[in-house]
Amino acid sequence: MNMQTTSRQTAAESALIEAYNAQLGDLPGNGAVISARDRLVDDLKTNGLPTRRVEAWHYTDLKTLLRAIPGAVPAAVIDTPEPLVEGSAVITTRHGHADPKVSVSDVLVNAFSEMLSEGTAAPGLSVIDRDDTIGKINGSFVRDGFVLEFPAGAQIEKPVEIQVLHGDGQVHTRFPVSFGAGSRATVIERHLPTGKGDAFVTSVSDISLEDGADVTWIILQQQGASDTHLGQLRVRVGSNAKLRLYVINAGGRLVRQELRIDVAGEGSDLQLRGVNLLGGETHTDVTLVLGHHVPNTTSTEIFRNVVFDRARGVFQGMIKVALDAQKTDARMACNTLLMSDDAEFSAKPELEIFADDVQCGHGATVADIDANHLYYLMARGVPRNKARAMLVNAFVAEIVEELEDEQLVEALEAIISSWLEKHA
Amino acid sequence: MLEIRNLHARIAEDGTEIIRGLNLTVKAGEVAAIMGPNGSGKSTLSYILSGREDYEVTEGEILYNGESILELDPAERASKGIFLAFQYPVEIPGVATMQFLKVAMNEQRKARGEAELTTPDFIRRVKEAAAELKINPDMLKRPLNVGFSGGEKKRAEILQMALLEPQLCVLDETDSGLDIDALKIVADGVNALRSPDRAVIVITHYQRLLDYIVPDTVHVLYKGQIIRTGDKSLAHELEANGYADIIGEAA
Repeated sequence: MNMQTTSRQTAAESALIEAYNAQLGDLPGNGAVISARDRLVDDLKTNGLPTRRVEAWHYTDLKTLLRAIPGAVPAAVIDTPEPLVEGSAVITTRHGHADPKVSVSDVLVNAFSEMLSEGTAAPGLSVIDRDDTIGKINGSFVRDGFVLEFPAGAQIEKPVEIQVLHGDGQVHTRFPVSFGAGSRATVIERHLPTGKGDAFVTSVSDISLEDGADVTWIILQQQGASDTHLGQLRVRVGSNAKLRLYVINAGGRLVRQELRIDVAGEGSDLQLRGVNLLGGETHTDVTLVLGHHVPNTTSTEIFRNVVFDRARGVFQGMIKVALDAQKTDARMACNTLLMSDDAEFSAKPELEIFADDVQCGHGATVADIDANHLYYLMARGVPRNKARAMLVNAFVAEIVEELEDEQLVEALEAIISSWLEKHA
Repeated sequence: MLEIRNLHARIAEDGTEIIRGLNLTVKAGEVAAIMGPNGSGKSTLSYILSGREDYEVTEGEILYNGESILELDPAERASKGIFLAFQYPVEIPGVATMQFLKVAMNEQRKARGEAELTTPDFIRRVKEAAAELKINPDMLKRPLNVGFSGGEKKRAEILQMALLEPQLCVLDETDSGLDIDALKIVADGVNALRSPDRAVIVITHYQRLLDYIVPDTVHVLYKGQIIRTGDKSLAHELEANGYADIIGEAA
């Protein structure tokens, strides 16, 4: 329910509307795209940003938390960092603009701005539901991104790393990606800031796995200490397809990463793994809506959260099992280490099951590190602080180690260790 | 090397007294066996020596090389050379065995003011010690103790002991769950560490381990006290007659 229609516009809401008006005629898109954008902005104007009274945003009251939107800053030259895995194909958006003339062997790559100009992007500039604020903002403002098509049967050995780089200001990107039947690939969606001030980032990835595709998709979010990151991943998983999805949050001041996953093909398997490293006075929300729509599918969802300082974390995990989706096997776990008395984490698992022959479970734990483990390490001469750090690291490294690519595991573990060293 | 005087200790959480006036002296170079029926306080004694915080010492003293260790935490005791081989080593997912060994060895060296090991030197030491104990190198690639069989866990404990070169080794029922071949390998590992400046305390239920690690002294622990001390023949006597006679005498 949207109840705030009559309330006054906040600074952030006004800034969004103004930013849209200021960019009229400048945003790419044909007539159909412009009408779609107008509809989304009208929706924002009418309904505003969601408050805690909107169920889907209950723990992330965006209207209150999003205090301001930085102005649009012209794109600066941004250096390209080394990819996580040596030899990866790197494609880069800088401050919301896709690098021209990029290519990845065996993969079709196009700029999303072309889809906007041609109008083929218009149907995608829609909302999933009325509370899809990220879809609304991104659809209104998105300028560019990449469209990737992995052909049927393509076996891409090295990861494709999409670097979403930006300076201060507003950045809105979109990445429609399709994995053809029987294709196999690893894609890393990596969000990195280079500015020192505020950035307001929205990014939507819209991916589909055709029958038998085998995909590893990693979202690595390392935004700056004053950045807002609103991310959304829309996924459709086809028959006998396998998706390993990793979400790693290690930055940002205000972060919401939505995962909207439709398991739409029989025999498919989803392994969702999440790591949330939270510190400072930040707010990070991962919201999952997972629909099992057909029989005989499996999914596991494991989140590991480490919360320091006055940071607040949220995990909302909704699993829906349709009436027809017999033999669904879905298991969700959310485990949190609270490292300070002021740290906070809210976990809200929800199961909505209409089929009668399913296995569904969820569990949430909030704890300190295991005293037996700490004692064991100390009994071998590891000082208390170092032993604690090792165990915190282990708590999240365990998740990352499930990946098969050794180089990727090492790169992610290095990011996790260096984050923990800075915050512990 | 170790002198325990009139030690009283209890479980911190509920105050249950487990050790009730225990006296024990172990000299450098000595192998002391501690035997006793279930629930007599054997494992508790090993935990207290290692500094486990679940137990509170309420009275008495533990002197190690002439100094009290009661105020030291487990890591400080370990770097002073006290090692406990656990009866049930914990599995720690996410901590790589090799990384753990390297951190433990180097942290102890740092605490003693010694230089850290270079990576090649470290790897050479682990390989040599692992080969002696017939440890499959693949085991060392796994997270610490995760998925190890009971016997593998015990061997991993002895491997750590060999690498850390402690002065006082406490083996808590290291023989439990071992078949005879594994028992011999573990005993050989312990015997290789016997030296004039190192003491070993072997806690066990059974005479069997003492056929392979021959003790200099045998102590019977019952209701938190040492009720009888003797030489290795005491272990044979216990094997033949059980604890009933000795407990009867003490009572």
